[in-house]
Amino acid sequence: MPKDHGIGASPKRREDVRFLTGAGNYTDDINLHGQAYVYFLRSDMAHGKINKVDTEEASQMPGVVRIFTGADFEGVGGLPCGWQVTDKNGDPMKEPAHPVLAQGKVRHVGDPVAAVVAESLEEARTAAEAIELDIEELPAVVDMKAALTDGATKVHDDLSDNLCYDWQFGTDTETTDKAFAEAAHVTTLELVNNRLVANPMEPRVAVGDYSRANDESTLYTTSQNPHVIRLLMGAFVLGIPEHKLRVVAPDVGGGFGTKIFHYAEEAFCTFAARQINRPVKWTASRSEAFMSDAHGRDHVTKIELALDADNNFTAVRTDTYANMGAYLSTFSSSVPTWLHGTLMAGNYKTPAVQVNVKAVFTTTVPVDAYRGAGRPEATFQLERVIDKAARELGADPIALRRQNFITEFPYETPVAVAYDTGDYGATMDKMEELMDIPGFAARRAESEAKGMLRGLGVNCFIEACGIAPSNLVGQLGARAGLYDAATVRVNATGSISVMVGAHSHGQGHETAFPQVVAEMLGIDESMIDIVHGDTSKIPFGMGTYGSRSIAVCGSAMVRATEKIINKAKKIAAHLLEAAETDIELKDGQFSVAGTDKSVAWGDVTLAAYVPHNYPLEDIEPGLEETAFYDPSNFTYPAGAYACEVELDPETGEVTIEKFVSADDFGNVINPMIVEGQVHGGIAQGIGQALLENCAYDENGQLLSASYMDYAMPRADNLPHMANYTVDHSCQTPCTHNPLGVKGCGEAGAIGSPPTVVNAVIDALQSGGHKVEHIDMPVSPSRVWAAMNG
Amino acid sequence: MYSFDMVRPSSVADAVSALGQDEAQALSGGQTLIPTLKQRLAMPSVLVSLSGIEEMKGVCREDNGDLTIGGGTTHATVAAEAAAHYPGLAKLAGGIGDPAVRNRGTIGGSLANNDPSACYPAAALGSGATIVTNNREIAADDYFQGMFTTALEEGEIITSVRFPVPEAAGYAKFEQPASRFALTAVFVAKYADGVRVAVTGASENGVFRWTEAEQALSSNFSPDAVAGLSVPADGMISDLHGTGAYRAHLVGVMTKRAVAAAS
Ligand SMILES: Cc1cc2nc3c(=O)[nH]c(=O)nc-3n(C[C@H](O)[C@H](O)[C@H](O)COP(=O)(O)OP(=O)(O)OC[C@H]3O[C@@H](n4cnc5c(N)ncnc54)[C@H](O)[C@@H]3O)c2cc1C
Repeated sequence: MPKDHGIGASPKRREDVRFLTGAGNYTDDINLHGQAYVYFLRSDMAHGKINKVDTEEASQMPGVVRIFTGADFEGVGGLPCGWQVTDKNGDPMKEPAHPVLAQGKVRHVGDPVAAVVAESLEEARTAAEAIELDIEELPAVVDMKAALTDGATKVHDDLSDNLCYDWQFGTDTETTDKAFAEAAHVTTLELVNNRLVANPMEPRVAVGDYSRANDESTLYTTSQNPHVIRLLMGAFVLGIPEHKLRVVAPDVGGGFGTKIFHYAEEAFCTFAARQINRPVKWTASRSEAFMSDAHGRDHVTKIELALDADNNFTAVRTDTYANMGAYLSTFSSSVPTWLHGTLMAGNYKTPAVQVNVKAVFTTTVPVDAYRGAGRPEATFQLERVIDKAARELGADPIALRRQNFITEFPYETPVAVAYDTGDYGATMDKMEELMDIPGFAARRAESEAKGMLRGLGVNCFIEACGIAPSNLVGQLGARAGLYDAATVRVNATGSISVMVGAHSHGQGHETAFPQVVAEMLGIDESMIDIVHGDTSKIPFGMGTYGSRSIAVCGSAMVRATEKIINKAKKIAAHLLEAAETDIELKDGQFSVAGTDKSVAWGDVTLAAYVPHNYPLEDIEPGLEETAFYDPSNFTYPAGAYACEVELDPETGEVTIEKFVSADDFGNVINPMIVEGQVHGGIAQGIGQALLENCAYDENGQLLSASYMDYAMPRADNLPHMANYTVDHSCQTPCTHNPLGVKGCGEAGAIGSPPTVVNAVIDALQSGGHKVEHIDMPVSPSRVWAAMNG
Repeated sequence: MYSFDMVRPSSVADAVSALGQDEAQALSGGQTLIPTLKQRLAMPSVLVSLSGIEEMKGVCREDNGDLTIGGGTTHATVAAEAAAHYPGLAKLAGGIGDPAVRNRGTIGGSLANNDPSACYPAAALGSGATIVTNNREIAADDYFQGMFTTALEEGEIITSVRFPVPEAAGYAKFEQPASRFALTAVFVAKYADGVRVAVTGASENGVFRWTEAEQALSSNFSPDAVAGLSVPADGMISDLHGTGAYRAHLVGVMTKRAVAAAS
């Protein structure tokens, strides 16, 4: 019997009532008395020297309050990067200045040059058209390899070149070279992990407010982590101490990583509100989002896999060029390194793994974390090269993977991480069962009878989630701690507000988190609410990304609830005139073991706040506890995915006919929400594999700057429900957090792209086309070109 | 968008006179024009809405069998009301955009705009339709003059479009993955005096007739008839979504499929 409440139950998402009835409160719904509107005049050139920004005429236009340019931000800090990566020579990465408004040069299409604050957005926009720009065009820097050649145009004139860092990690070169020299077989693959635009349904919005009376600033913003924004913006950009700065991220309509980062527009609105002593509001248009939201992925990679005569993997070596774009976005530097290199062992016991990454500045929009961040890039190349190796060796791709699986835990990889637990054979078994692999031949025959090709692709993945622990990430260069925090506030009548550092922007925390507390206390979930997204209400937690919410913040919430239970038991013992050690809590009742004496949860909570009969000499009144939780390791969700595609050889069009994911997320709090997360992740992964492509031309112009050219996945691009199974029944609970949970937010986006591409290649090979690889998106025209190339 | 005035006349005559004003522009379903205005790519002083003109709406069967569609008729209405008379055309209309677009966008707006990837130009050219305006009739063969270019004069309004109804017609559209306009689409229509084939989405010159295929299909209206034929890749659109060579290839495939789908 499935549970109907507590951990493991699937109550419907309570937040959906407001989301689906239009009662949500998004940042754009916030309108403050007397607010002005800002329009950013953005560069339409990829690269240029700013000779002059003449705002004189524009300042006289109707409705204009004030126009700001880069000059207004001299003496103000730049946007900081949150992760220092050390080069293989021991040098710190190059960290160019990132001014709020461009100073000296523009470095990508969309770089803000001036900001017009006016009574209305239309007036601001009209005035912006009257600003005279004298910008001398410089050559664009688009191709990463060309950017690193001698004499290449420099994106930042004060840096020696366009190389941010040259990073090496894992097994040393001598050992790695030896493994390749001794290999019986080496498979090599060159590939691109395509640049993506996250495209949350809600574009970014910021509203800055300032109260001169008490010198306090408030920023309402579309953020996944309001405390991180307060810290970065307050300390590094604007110099506002925490107690004078409040950051509120109310309902947020999707983030996918792109709303982690601290953006110029947020700092601008906060700054400008102080300057003009009025609230300042900015709402991105979709076009602005395309050229100002941090993009994702964009790696160019060569991967090599060495195998011995028995098909055991003996070494992996990868060389990647990672595009940073024009400036270092908040966590950009960590994505191709610590979030990518550490996953290059995958699910396999390969003894030597070496990762080389060159991070490159180009005149394009900054690139940072996008759902999966680094781990999809690692998985894609590894699983593609394994598939190619299987074909070259005539081995079964499933058997080859199984043979090389890590089977003993804990397992220390050659790339610094230690997997605590897992069972890759179990998820593979599950996938094979759900996929009906033996039935594939018949399904292929059916497709072929219709003139179509059919391919089967499989894939395994591992990810590191719950990004932490602080002492480890600190050694690796993180400039922030990565714990999280929760405050459990029990009210007099027993209802509870839990203030959490995690931020829900689609994940369903408001439903899932109360399930945990309800389970622990044995009370009804409806008595518990989650408070998130406001630095003035919540403890200092680090927000939501990297599938960390339940693993890290949820653990903090468990710890705080444990403290509540301990104190409540003391109060109950007093009320029941029993020894504290004899008190048991079950179904919301405190009872004395072995007796029929009990008090209800509500009696205890009332006593805590109306302490007429209370052990005041031993404990304080009230019932409110906070816990900070800093995990001892990452969590390692893993899984096996498979899909079948049909390929139309006449047009090159690929359709996904069947998709199965078998994930191991450890324990699962709300299965329905977990399945929804996987569905969404797979949709985005299929989007990356078949449709999405953020492309620049050689002049640095964004070719896919709207939905006319940027293809988002739609419902009909995904398989129909009956042929689409997401399973999470294989569970090896995390060994080091109190809930045994691992995190599920990114799995789908990590596991699906190689699954799809492997299936497409299989389909082509079955039709006699000797195609080894097609870069994503595997669009009809690319498939056709590969078939006819 | 920039500010503009707006009028909503109830007759073609009033609309024509309103369009006589400086920088006046017709507004029909707004599915192309409104996004253009929002991007500030157009700056009309007055928008003349055609949506209140009843005489420009509806689908009507003429005595000679032709199907006349009012210039202000939405795609959704054509999809529903032309189905019984001209199923190939109804199917094309029902495949434009999404329900919101089909409930607003109109045939007149589509033909006036003549987007090189739009669907209706293929139907009009492929049917040898007549574009009827407030002061003349223009044969489809003379009407389309390259991408976004037509025979319409400044201020001229498409009041209706007259389609000779074929014995059979089919439309095969290969969608551009992002916009879902035609990456390449082909409309074929079989009349007593021959077959017409019109291709949209592919050429840098907008919609065009593929005469070689017309000849082949006129003597044998079957998918196999075009098997050996091809159009040159020269002059085909090359972009993010496909090369000219790919589009040229799709012209053949879509023609075959349009014939197979013809009803
Ligand atoms: C999301 C989306 C998807 C779409 N997908 C497709 C698709 O798959 N296939 C396709 O073919 N189209 C597609 N369209 C375009 C759609 O069909 C438009 O409706 C059509 O192109 C314009 O018609 P309208 O009535 O909206 O014209 P409007 O946008 O109002 O006007 C367009 C232009 O025509 C002029 N005009 C309008 N009516 C007349 C008239 N009667 N006489 C003279 N000039 C006139 C206007 O002045 C303007 O210049 C799509 C549009 C959108 C927004």
